[in-house]
Amino acid sequence: MVGWLVGLALARGLFTFLQGYLAERASQGVAYDLRDDLFERIERLSFSYYDRVQTGQLVTRLTSDVEQIRTFAGSGVVQLANAIVMLIGTTALLLYLDWQLALVALAIVPVIALLLVRFVSRIRPLFKEVQQTLGKLNTVLQEDLLGVRVIRAFAREDYETARYTSVNEELLDKNLTTVRVFSNNFPFVFLFANLGTLAIIWFGGWQVIGGRLSVGELIAFNTLLGFMLFPILTIGFLSASISRAGASSQRVFDVLDAPLDVKDAPDASILLPISCRVDFDQVSFRYPGSTRDILDSVSFTARPGQTVAILGTTGSGKSTLVNLIPRFYDVTRGAVRLDGNDVRDVTLSSLRSQIGIVLQETRLFSGTVRDNVAFGRPDATDEEVVAAAEAAQADTFIRSLSDGYDTVIGERGIGLSGGQRQRIAIARALLIDPRLLILDDSTSAVDAETEAAIQETLDRLMREEHRTVFVIAQRVSTVRDADLILVLDEGTIAASGTHEELLRESEIYNEILGSQLLSPSESAA
Amino acid sequence: MLGAAAQAGGPWLIGRAIDRHILPGDVAGLSRIMLVLFGVYVVGAIASRGQVYQVGSIGQSLLASMRARIFDRLQHLPLGFFDRRPVGDLMSRVTNDVDTLNQLFSQGLTQLLGSLFSLIGIVVAMLFLDWNLALACFTIIPIMLLLTSFFARRARRAFRLTRETVGDVTAGVQEDIVGVREAQAFNRTEENIARFRQRNAANRDANVQAVAITSAFAPTIDMLSTLATALVIGYGGYLVFAGSLSVGILTAFLIYVQQFFRPIQLASQVYTQAQAAVAGAERIYHILDEEPEAEDPQDAPKLGAASGRISFEHVTFAYDPGRPVLHDVDFRVEPGMTVALVGPTGAGKTTIASLIPRFYDATEGRVLIDGRDVTKFARKDLRANIGIVLQEPFLFSGTIAENIGYGRSGDPSEATREEVEAAARVVNASDFITALPDGYDTVLGEGGGALSHGQRQLLSFARAVLTDPRILILDEATSNIDTRTEAIIQRALATLLAGRTSLVIAHRLSTIRNADLILVIEGGSMAERGSHAELIQKNGLYADLYRRQFREPVSSGGRS
Repeated sequence: MVGWLVGLALARGLFTFLQGYLAERASQGVAYDLRDDLFERIERLSFSYYDRVQTGQLVTRLTSDVEQIRTFAGSGVVQLANAIVMLIGTTALLLYLDWQLALVALAIVPVIALLLVRFVSRIRPLFKEVQQTLGKLNTVLQEDLLGVRVIRAFAREDYETARYTSVNEELLDKNLTTVRVFSNNFPFVFLFANLGTLAIIWFGGWQVIGGRLSVGELIAFNTLLGFMLFPILTIGFLSASISRAGASSQRVFDVLDAPLDVKDAPDASILLPISCRVDFDQVSFRYPGSTRDILDSVSFTARPGQTVAILGTTGSGKSTLVNLIPRFYDVTRGAVRLDGNDVRDVTLSSLRSQIGIVLQETRLFSGTVRDNVAFGRPDATDEEVVAAAEAAQADTFIRSLSDGYDTVIGERGIGLSGGQRQRIAIARALLIDPRLLILDDSTSAVDAETEAAIQETLDRLMREEHRTVFVIAQRVSTVRDADLILVLDEGTIAASGTHEELLRESEIYNEILGSQLLSPSESAA
Repeated sequence: MLGAAAQAGGPWLIGRAIDRHILPGDVAGLSRIMLVLFGVYVVGAIASRGQVYQVGSIGQSLLASMRARIFDRLQHLPLGFFDRRPVGDLMSRVTNDVDTLNQLFSQGLTQLLGSLFSLIGIVVAMLFLDWNLALACFTIIPIMLLLTSFFARRARRAFRLTRETVGDVTAGVQEDIVGVREAQAFNRTEENIARFRQRNAANRDANVQAVAITSAFAPTIDMLSTLATALVIGYGGYLVFAGSLSVGILTAFLIYVQQFFRPIQLASQVYTQAQAAVAGAERIYHILDEEPEAEDPQDAPKLGAASGRISFEHVTFAYDPGRPVLHDVDFRVEPGMTVALVGPTGAGKTTIASLIPRFYDATEGRVLIDGRDVTKFARKDLRANIGIVLQEPFLFSGTIAENIGYGRSGDPSEATREEVEAAARVVNASDFITALPDGYDTVLGEGGGALSHGQRQLLSFARAVLTDPRILILDEATSNIDTRTEAIIQRALATLLAGRTSLVIAHRLSTIRNADLILVIEGGSMAERGSHAELIQKNGLYADLYRRQFREPVSSGGRS
């Protein structure tokens, strides 16, 4: 007897373990897959998406929302299945035992169902707001962490705390509202379940008194009723986590279903190594949601091996123009062509692998200096990394760092100056051996001497190899030797030509030069 | 309490109804007692409504105050703390780790409290019925405690790993989202996805491991309770045969044993699950226990409006102990002077500027403002006197007006529109702002949204101007503004700098030429100092830099 019990307990224990473990493991698998899909989407979403969206919201979706879905997906699904099977089984049994009593007991089911439906319809939007507010809170937090220097500089800690506190309180408020909805519904679900028992005892009691039912049958029936109420309550509890998972999955699918503004055309071909002639053909561009063309009918041609310099005031569209070449955005009208191929007709990877770009804002990643230089080609050899760094005039300072190329630099490249970061970014672009190089104001923080040296190596690496370079720059020294200078003004090309031509013909060019050269010529005097 | 009483009262009333009314056939009595039962149920529901709300709101308030505490601490940690920690990992602590506490509060603790109460009653009843048999049952408890602590230790270790790996996931995601443009530009999408997959899988595996431990725990306790039941049957059966125990009491005992283990099972389960919360709390307390910046001195003198004299007295500074980046920097700036810091990249110019508003404190030597050590002032007081434009413009999400008014004490939206517009005009930002569809009310996305780098820098310039600081620090502030705009800013600055002390870091020597004092920094030390003319005459490092810069554009032909 005792042996049997122990054996049974062992079997039951093993089964309980397996059920719990397998369900949770499956839920971890669901979370993994969801995160994986989300991240893949996040990596591929276009620049225009990131102009709108907040990182904090995305991070929240990838962590907290996925976790809400997982919580339900684990034990929730198993429990729900259990509850439904049990509910159907006991209901059938009750009907079989005594259909009259059963119908009395079942009368509470629609009431409870109604309560639950009401509950779900109220709590679900609330949960969505909770997650939304959590995302908002994370956004404030992230902004605070990223902007910590500015906050300290302006002594705005108290203000930031107030800002965080107000969202935190908003979140608390929303959470309390959900708690209130809980407390306004759940006890009453219980109440109706209890009323079921009450109805059975009362009605059944009459029947026993009337001699139509034995006490034993009534007690048996009441016990069975417990088996029916239990799954109903389970479903009630689960309805909360279902609502929560539902609200979260909507947020997750918002991202998964976000359109990719820039993607490979179905019949995209592979862009063969280009000789690198660049044509802008009546290109106009406006940012989504904007009412103003940032570029308006821009046309020009850059021939292989040319260096094209782009000048213009802040906001004149310089960065936008170069961003169209690697298809960070697609043109609104017109076309950008490389060697005659419309960039929209070739695969993104074959296009971008031939373009080295140094973005205006230098973003380095946590990892070693070497990792950062080899960002676009993680398999590059040490020699190649060093060669790229040398060309970017970064080798000397990198070697002077505590661990040279193995120095770990922080998330935001803290510890390196603006100029050093720019040079690592240039090395990063050069390492992929680009056919086309785009420098978006990439040497602004580099001192003149270093810049001249960078210029010299670029000439050797690019021009002599007949590769095309686009450079946005502020300094005349950078621009002077360009084969083609485009002067942008409010989205149109105000003037173009060589330095000499523009000096002779363009007033605006002279104005730009003048503003820079006035001072040294004065000082020379 | 009322809820618990109602819960216990229901079965008792039903039992009474069967014994006293149904069996004797008392219809009226049945109706009466059923009405009482109805009342009990309703009271129970109302009481539990209050209880559910109470428990839930206590939990949520605790979480909110925990988040607030962490945030508050983050505001007072030294900047060095942030230099080395990924933003995403810190975020994970405030969100994911706090959430583990949420689960403990919202589910575990309520269950635990309820079950502990019923446990006490059962123990008393068992001892009362037959203390011999009861004690025999209780022998299982030490074994259970041992097992619980065994599992809990393992669970905590496993959960620690889950917290760390989820921190990695968050940090990775955060960084990758911020750098998504670079990833796409460099075709790094696939590598990043693969790397994320690794972190994601590491987190999944850590979770699965933790789950294996927690799901093994419940059945183990369950088996122990079965063992106890077997013990009762075996020993109790023997006692019955021996005639010292009645069958009825043995039956009652069997029911009690099962009821006895249910709360214990629950409690130990909650205890194991609480390990996740403990692991999360450990990470939270890493932040809360971090040494905050030294408090502002109690008797901090009011700086008021500083006259703006800055002195560095033999300042040495190291970010990492033993690796000084500044050596014995010593200089003095009189009120109203414009000082230019010049030198190769990485020479330590930004570091020097960072010591004035006490972003960092000097390792050796002193930094003085108006002749008093900066560490003697309240930071807020000190920084209110200093306007800074950093290398990388950082804007907050919000409107343009709010961003310009950021340095205004109180709410930034309180800066009057006139002040904001005046500040924008000074730096020549008003043209592009008014050209935007919503002008000053244009809402900027994260980090400045679709504004160009130069435009963002103009805004951060206006932000510094609005605070009307006595000391102005420009850290390569104009490096990303086109020369035309810069020239206009320079002209505005000439009036702005009048009467203020300013420290300018720039690479364009044209910006520097007009400075009253030029400090040439090289390798963390002061190499040369003097006015432009003096340094040119000296024909040293500065003269060399100067010649290199202007050797080229001088040939800009036609104009000269």
